[in-house]
Amino acid sequence: MYTISIATVPWKKPTLCRLIFTGKKKNQTTMSHLKAIPVSALGALMCLTSSVTNAHWAYISNEKDDTISVIDTESNEVIKTLNVGERPRGVTLSHDNTRLFICASDSDTVQVMSIADDSIIFELPSGEDPEQFALHPDNRHLYIANEDDAIATVVDIESRQVVSQIDVGVEPEGMAVSHDGKYAIVTSETSNMAHWIDTSTQTIVANTLVDQRPRDAEFSLDDSELWVSSEIGGTVSVIDTETKEIKQILSFKIPGISKDQIQPVGMELTADGKTAFIALGPSNHVAVVDRESMTVTDYILVGRRVWHMALTPEEDKLYTTNGVSGDVTLVDVASLKAVQSIKVGRYPWGVTILPKEAIPQ
Amino acid sequence: MIHLKRPFSLLKAAFLADKYARPNGHSNLAKVRQSTQWLCFLVSTVIIGLPTESKAQELDIRILYIEQRIERPPVLSNLVSWPADEGERGAALGLDDNNTTGRFLGQHYSLETLIFDVDEPTAARDTQIRQALATGARLVVMNMPANDLTSIATWPEASDDLIFNTQSTDNTLRQEQCLPNVLHTIPSRAMLSDALIQFFTKKQWKQVFLIEGNRAGDKAFAQSIRASVQKFGLKIVESKTWIDDADMRRNAASEIPVFTQARKYDAVVVTDEDRDFSQYVLYNTWLPRPVAGSAGLMPVAWSPVIEQWGAAQLQSRFRDLSKRDMTSRDYSNWAAIRTIGEAVTRIQSTNPTDIRHYILSDEFELGGFKGTPLSYRDWNGQMRQSIQLVHSQAVVASAPIEGFLHPITQLDTLGTDRPETQCTQFP
Repeated sequence: MYTISIATVPWKKPTLCRLIFTGKKKNQTTMSHLKAIPVSALGALMCLTSSVTNAHWAYISNEKDDTISVIDTESNEVIKTLNVGERPRGVTLSHDNTRLFICASDSDTVQVMSIADDSIIFELPSGEDPEQFALHPDNRHLYIANEDDAIATVVDIESRQVVSQIDVGVEPEGMAVSHDGKYAIVTSETSNMAHWIDTSTQTIVANTLVDQRPRDAEFSLDDSELWVSSEIGGTVSVIDTETKEIKQILSFKIPGISKDQIQPVGMELTADGKTAFIALGPSNHVAVVDRESMTVTDYILVGRRVWHMALTPEEDKLYTTNGVSGDVTLVDVASLKAVQSIKVGRYPWGVTILPKEAIPQ
Repeated sequence: MIHLKRPFSLLKAAFLADKYARPNGHSNLAKVRQSTQWLCFLVSTVIIGLPTESKAQELDIRILYIEQRIERPPVLSNLVSWPADEGERGAALGLDDNNTTGRFLGQHYSLETLIFDVDEPTAARDTQIRQALATGARLVVMNMPANDLTSIATWPEASDDLIFNTQSTDNTLRQEQCLPNVLHTIPSRAMLSDALIQFFTKKQWKQVFLIEGNRAGDKAFAQSIRASVQKFGLKIVESKTWIDDADMRRNAASEIPVFTQARKYDAVVVTDEDRDFSQYVLYNTWLPRPVAGSAGLMPVAWSPVIEQWGAAQLQSRFRDLSKRDMTSRDYSNWAAIRTIGEAVTRIQSTNPTDIRHYILSDEFELGGFKGTPLSYRDWNGQMRQSIQLVHSQAVVASAPIEGFLHPITQLDTLGTDRPETQCTQFP
């Protein structure tokens, strides 16, 4: 009991609390276990309430292991590995950070995990082969891409019912909902389109043609722009939300790496509107885009076949999932350097970060 | 950059209204979808003729699909079989994919299918094809042997058409016998042999034992292998022609070791396109060496074992449609139809001359589930694509193999490159 309670408290440095703990641990050899349990529990409570730790938790889905790895962002170690459904890919948190939604693609379901105790509370009907999804700001409607069926499914999380299924292009993949909740976007990989779904009517109101194999979609914080990455086209299209037309296409060039290897997938836009990070797949690099000049300013070497990324709430750290090397790269945002790789399960795919305030105690 | 208001929003609204009216869970969604079809049909008949906000014109794209079924020669093994609808199912899937995309763009694709049985008299067949080709400038997918393709493509009726060769791997069709109105989605034998020999080079299998089958295709493939071996600086140390007078199912273990006796070789290449005997060479060679070519490690355009780059999705769509695995020929037909779809979507034209011009330009690229985009060589109309080196259960490598460099694109290290072309009919 005693050691378990230590292991689940994620500190990197031996803080004051940790010292108290270890001190007691030494003394404990003379104590009976029965007495030790309440003392350690009390200690844990004291430490957590007075904690000054800055650790968030990063949830990583491991596509080929059917697990989620949880990384402490201070120690940058995997603190737990959770069993989930088959072929987990997209992961996202509820807006109140109490639940984690997991696309279990081969189980044909979206699992809802309790952040408090890691249990699967219930499963949502998702349609077949869910790959990515996005949660509406109302914290209630989940938009899910069903890759094999050329449809997008809208699920009401409260009633656990399918609200709507919308016909989209071939192999829907990327999903995004605008911050104002007005539009949901699905990208279809073989039709090469971003479909604009009006969330009030659940119908497609516009389609924007982009380059080959669009994988991911992200709205800028003010919703004025939609970014869509095209994996095979090797580009990122920046689309004007008003006109739904492409206003700029970003392309990438890395010395010594052939154009074919540069396959943009996941994207992260910083809240200050200044920077965008683009994961470039099998080129093993993340591109850094200056959004003012709309130019690529840097390429960061990370692990092999980088899929998706997540920023910490302070936006000082970027975590990338590297499918082929089976690890996560930590990028220091200030210096734009990869500083550490963290081994996780096989084929890490999705990543989302639970802010420290929401970590269960 | 085409942005459209979807013309079917009314229809969708009715669809949803109906769905809302019946509270339903996940399990009976399919049923509901089906039951709403009638309503949709009714609504759609009403809204036809209403103005839509679509900026793009409505396009009706009619593609002609011609297939000549051929009699496969007898082979030793009872396990070898070829699907009767090989190729045709790939075209059907390509059409589905085009239409799923097309419904957002006001495009409707259809196939006019002419499939001729083995015993169809040539004269009657040709009359039918002539009639179809004479109905204006056509987009044609031709799943036919090289000689049939060449004769039809040179008819005056075909001169304004754009034809896709989806079956013949014949090198001469891309070289001295190239035709300006024919593009090739299936790789040439030269691309396949280059892919294999690049892999040999990387593995340092420098000395090759070549076993050549007796049929015309086997000889052509062997010729291609010889050219590739020379191109990449390897050596054929022993070359033998197969003598097919023994039942290998029973005595391969005694025949093959004797047949493959030689002092030294690093690998065996066997050319046997109909799979008559090559499978019996594996594990029976005099020296314990890998076998490649038509058995063992095979260079292919497509195989059921490909699952990377999103290929698993194409495989499962194909299996749902056809209840069998997807072959190279299916893939080539799918790629031809998708090429047409992609070109029509980007240039908003169904004119074969415009489409040909766009396909051969630098602008054109198509996602093909093989890691790199598909495009076309403007010196002979061959579709650029990676070649997969596979065995029956996994992909071993994807060619072009890393390290084989090219000033334009690595894909052009496979097959006839621009400086070597003997094709004068392009672009």
